Amino acid sequence: MNLSRKWLREFVTVDANDKDFAEAMTLSGSKVELTHDLGAEISNVVVGKVTSMERHPDSDHMWICQVDVGKESPVQIVTGAWNVHVGDYVPVALHDSMLPGGKRIERGMLRGALSDGMMCGLSELGLDTRDFPYGQIIPAALLNDYHPLEKDKPSIPADIKPGDKVFGPVVCAKLLEVTPQEDGSFHTCADIGGATVCPDTCCANLHVGDLAAYNTKTDSYCTLADLRAQQAEFPHCIEDGIFILREDGMAPGDDIKPIINADDSVVEFEITPNRPDCLSVIGLAREVSATFDTPITLHEPQVKGGGPGELTELLDVETPAVDLVPRYTARMVRNVKIAPSPKWMRERLRAMGVRPINNIVDITNYVMLEYGQPMHAFDYRYVKGGKIIVRLAEEGEELTTLDGQVRKLNKNHLVIADETRAVGLAGIMGGENSEIVDDTVDVVFESACFDGTCIRKGALALGMRTEASAKFEKGLDPLNTFPAVQRACELVEMLGAGEVVDGVIDILNFVPQPRTIMMDPERVNALLGTDIPAEDMYKYLARVEIRTEDGSIPSGPAQVVIPSWRGDVEGIADLAEEVARFYGYNNIPTTLMLGQTTLGGYSPEQKLENQLGAICRACGYDEIITYSFISPTCYDKIRWPEDDPRRKSFKILNPLGEDTSIMRTTVLPSILEILARNYNYRNQNVKLYEVGRIYLPGGEDGLAVENRVLSMGAYGQDMDFYALKGAVEAILRDIRAENISFQVPKTPNPSYHPGRCADVYSGDRRIGVIGQIHPIVAQNYGVDGELYCAELDFQQLMNVKGADPEYTPLPRYPAVTRDLAIVCDAGITVAAIEDCIRRAGGEYLRDVKLFDVYTGPGIPEGRRSTAYSLTLRSDESTLKDQQADEAVKSILTALDKELGATLR
Amino acid sequence: MKEKLREIREEAVKRLEQVRTSQELEELRVKYLGKKGALTAILKQMGALPADERPKMGQLANEVRSAIESKIADARREIEALAMEQRLKKEALDVTVPGKEHNMGHQHPMYIALEEIKEIFIGMGFTVLDGPEIELASYNFDKLNAGEGHPSRDWSDTFYFDSDSRVMLRSQTSPMQVRAMETMPLPIRIIAPGRVYRKDEVDATHSPMFHQVEGMVIDKNVTMADLKGTLNTVVEQLYGKGTKTRFRPHHFPFTEPSCEMDVQCHKCGGVGCPTCKGEGWIELLGAGMIHPNVLRMSGIDPDVYSGWAFGIGLERTAMRRFKIADLRLIFENDVRFLEQF
Repeated sequence: MNLSRKWLREFVTVDANDKDFAEAMTLSGSKVELTHDLGAEISNVVVGKVTSMERHPDSDHMWICQVDVGKESPVQIVTGAWNVHVGDYVPVALHDSMLPGGKRIERGMLRGALSDGMMCGLSELGLDTRDFPYGQIIPAALLNDYHPLEKDKPSIPADIKPGDKVFGPVVCAKLLEVTPQEDGSFHTCADIGGATVCPDTCCANLHVGDLAAYNTKTDSYCTLADLRAQQAEFPHCIEDGIFILREDGMAPGDDIKPIINADDSVVEFEITPNRPDCLSVIGLAREVSATFDTPITLHEPQVKGGGPGELTELLDVETPAVDLVPRYTARMVRNVKIAPSPKWMRERLRAMGVRPINNIVDITNYVMLEYGQPMHAFDYRYVKGGKIIVRLAEEGEELTTLDGQVRKLNKNHLVIADETRAVGLAGIMGGENSEIVDDTVDVVFESACFDGTCIRKGALALGMRTEASAKFEKGLDPLNTFPAVQRACELVEMLGAGEVVDGVIDILNFVPQPRTIMMDPERVNALLGTDIPAEDMYKYLARVEIRTEDGSIPSGPAQVVIPSWRGDVEGIADLAEEVARFYGYNNIPTTLMLGQTTLGGYSPEQKLENQLGAICRACGYDEIITYSFISPTCYDKIRWPEDDPRRKSFKILNPLGEDTSIMRTTVLPSILEILARNYNYRNQNVKLYEVGRIYLPGGEDGLAVENRVLSMGAYGQDMDFYALKGAVEAILRDIRAENISFQVPKTPNPSYHPGRCADVYSGDRRIGVIGQIHPIVAQNYGVDGELYCAELDFQQLMNVKGADPEYTPLPRYPAVTRDLAIVCDAGITVAAIEDCIRRAGGEYLRDVKLFDVYTGPGIPEGRRSTAYSLTLRSDESTLKDQQADEAVKSILTALDKELGATLR
Repeated sequence: MKEKLREIREEAVKRLEQVRTSQELEELRVKYLGKKGALTAILKQMGALPADERPKMGQLANEVRSAIESKIADARREIEALAMEQRLKKEALDVTVPGKEHNMGHQHPMYIALEEIKEIFIGMGFTVLDGPEIELASYNFDKLNAGEGHPSRDWSDTFYFDSDSRVMLRSQTSPMQVRAMETMPLPIRIIAPGRVYRKDEVDATHSPMFHQVEGMVIDKNVTMADLKGTLNTVVEQLYGKGTKTRFRPHHFPFTEPSCEMDVQCHKCGGVGCPTCKGEGWIELLGAGMIHPNVLRMSGIDPDVYSGWAFGIGLERTAMRRFKIADLRLIFENDVRFLEQF
């Protein structure tokens, strides 16, 4: 919500500068986002009066002007504009001045003539003709500016003389006299070859000596359009030029800012949805008054009325949708004269960011800004049968709204209709068929209160959230419709825009009742942790017009009356906030909590999550954060079969895009995407991990089962299957998981390399999978190198997490080590060999460690050599060689018998 | 013979003093003390001496032997010390050669910020809660006093899984307030960090998925002053002692009174600069006293209990903490970014 401080001054006087104003308002709850000083970019621009002008001797189009700028002597300014005349008041950017857009104006030479500043056009001041309609320039076609499109085929001879025929009734005229009139027009005399004519004209570019095209039939000068000429043929006869000021009480040297309303500041507020009343100048004025504790002066609109006819005969209103229309108020204005609204109104609208259109439309916008009450004006001609019916639309009913769009409606849309058809979308936008146009004669002003939810849903369904609907959907004060319509009619009379018919149509579908609630100062203090005296509290509340019924200031609990516009104040907590706002949030003390102490901390799951992160980082893996939603095509990319039940995912019905439309049931696509991104960035060695959730259908209440998964992904020179496996083993060791095994998956995992993938088990529990990503999957992610990933189920990790360690005494006797190199079929896994060794190793075997794998010369084809270091130890005595030898012998026998392995 | 011994001794001592290598030393030892050495040769002649001279001469010979032996020992020590010195010289390293790389992984900056916040609250007796991200609208909205018609329920703002707008991606961590109130015994002190989802296109300050931490206290006699005191303590721990804060009235459906807390701009110290958009303050979090309706809906009597709650955006906190300029970096996961933390 924007607020013009000038407009605000009509209701509250506050001297604070913009910064202090913004700070105070912010701290009382009306957050100021920005303050625009409308004149911030303009400096050293004043009113000037042109005292004399002559043509530039070295230019075919420039003028050298002497301009009185309120100093001892006039300044000389050179201009290329042709609409300036002696006696004109113009905005002058003096030497060393600033204009909007950061444009700096300095003294300079133009074709050898000194120009001590610049005369400004509307656009140079950041304005246009909507701000100053009289700033519109209508140029005549000057024959001395004629430039033929084709040099050798001019339509007008270069030596044309006064009286020469141009075409038909149009002849060449030489200006003998040009006298500006007060209304911006000109009195002229011109020689048309022997005869003299003296037409009045609004063409602003005529000067004595110019040759114009004069129409003898219409006694007027021709414009480019009259000659059907192109702009290029008359390059200097343009609609652009200097802004000739026509304001009262100007004097040379006056600052331009007040004249063009650049002496205002517009404050941009963030209004929270609970305070729709603050979406208005008056609402904000109330907050300003409360914040600065200064009185507010509100004005009660006065309507004279007396327009022709009887309102009851002219207009009838019905509201069959009673529940959706708490109140409908309307008045009529007849014999309307559509015209631009006055400058002050246009300025206020513009300052608040609203484009002025015409007096009637501007009035509705003005009242909406001032009162926060959306208004609508219909052309009475198109209200068939003089009857307004506020009803729900019929299924499929169509209406063309003011923006020219055809809207297809349904039974949930509330419409304003006449006897035959809809003429507006209630609370959203009017219909094109009843729009105010230039020849509108009779107008109906609607000031109504509609149901917020109905308007919100309607606007949403049609995708057209308007300023009006944004207000209605928050729930407006039904008591505001009457003063608003009165204000509109008052403005009509003030602007002389029409005749207001006596009487008001006012349908109330609710019973207005003052709302009272119990104020308890003690409870407010208890909630805030303050010690504010009751009397002070009631005074703070009075600032926002919350008072006891008799206006007294009690010292204890009392009933207070809530103003109609404060629908948000419902109970003691709301009253506490009102008190706190004006006591000052920052004056509330800061205390530390008392009461029963609670024991805080992490749950076992959170502890494990922290632990997993710590190990992954110790292994060199960086933590990442990936989106929980993925594209459905991700399942294809990781080669899950079409009918894989894991594809069943939670699907977002209104996603931002296809890429983020389903909730992942696997973390693999997420980590692959990040690996691929790093790969594309040419990052060399990448190791990543995340503890992220997957979202599986089938939870309680139709929710998901949200399981956590530890995903790890890596690539780079130092990466291979065993590097990743080592990290996973480190994790499992650190959480003290037992009976770990890595097994070839029973059915191949389609996302992984069929020969480089293992399921990870602790005992019978499958914890997850690790391996090299299938090259096709890697390709699907645009990676031609080897990617390695692990997916470990968090709940399983939780399940297999071992108990806290218990101390075991350190060995008292030395260990004996034996190295064993054996040869067996290459297909026999190291796990199988180790398992065999352990089983056959006897009571002294403490550890088996693989230290070499070899195939090649010396080893028969299809066989493989593996070497193990065995550690043997007794807890009772130093082991004798013989005991160790027996163990080794038993191992070798078993290896031979079970696996056909021989000593190398 | 006596003369001979003296000569041997003098000669041996003299030569031992000049010895430089262990090989020379060994040669000299053999020469004088070896089986065929000079001293042995002399001793062999002892038999030829008169019996009464033998002890004396024997003693003298022993003296000579031990003198030579001690000289040999000295010489050996010296040679060894020299050898050690030379070896160490040879072993000298260029200490400026970089050490063997040991790459630790890095915690994500957002999680660093979260961990700091968690630690602070755990220290104040808060329990850390986890909850569902796919959530019922009744928990995300209704039970938080944001009834039908609240704008944030719009399909343009919130992601839904069914056309009845019943199941959704939580748009805030606040539903954890309700879940805690419904399941935990009073008094309650919790924080609930986690992912939240809003329908915002990705740009430098927006992401459809981000993280919040919710905090809540419910007890008898809990006041807004407690809320301020607690949050000030947290801010001082996060941003350093003496960090200035201010509280502004604001609106949330589930708290009343509601506030937003700003911290003084770290860049300009409150004067106003582009970082704080000229305000001198930067918005940090939203908070307030739990709305009586919310307590009531979760079966807690607002006439007996009161509570406060806050919610803080984690990405924004991390971005401020580490001066990260663009939110997209957080979710891009470029290791060149990650490894800075």
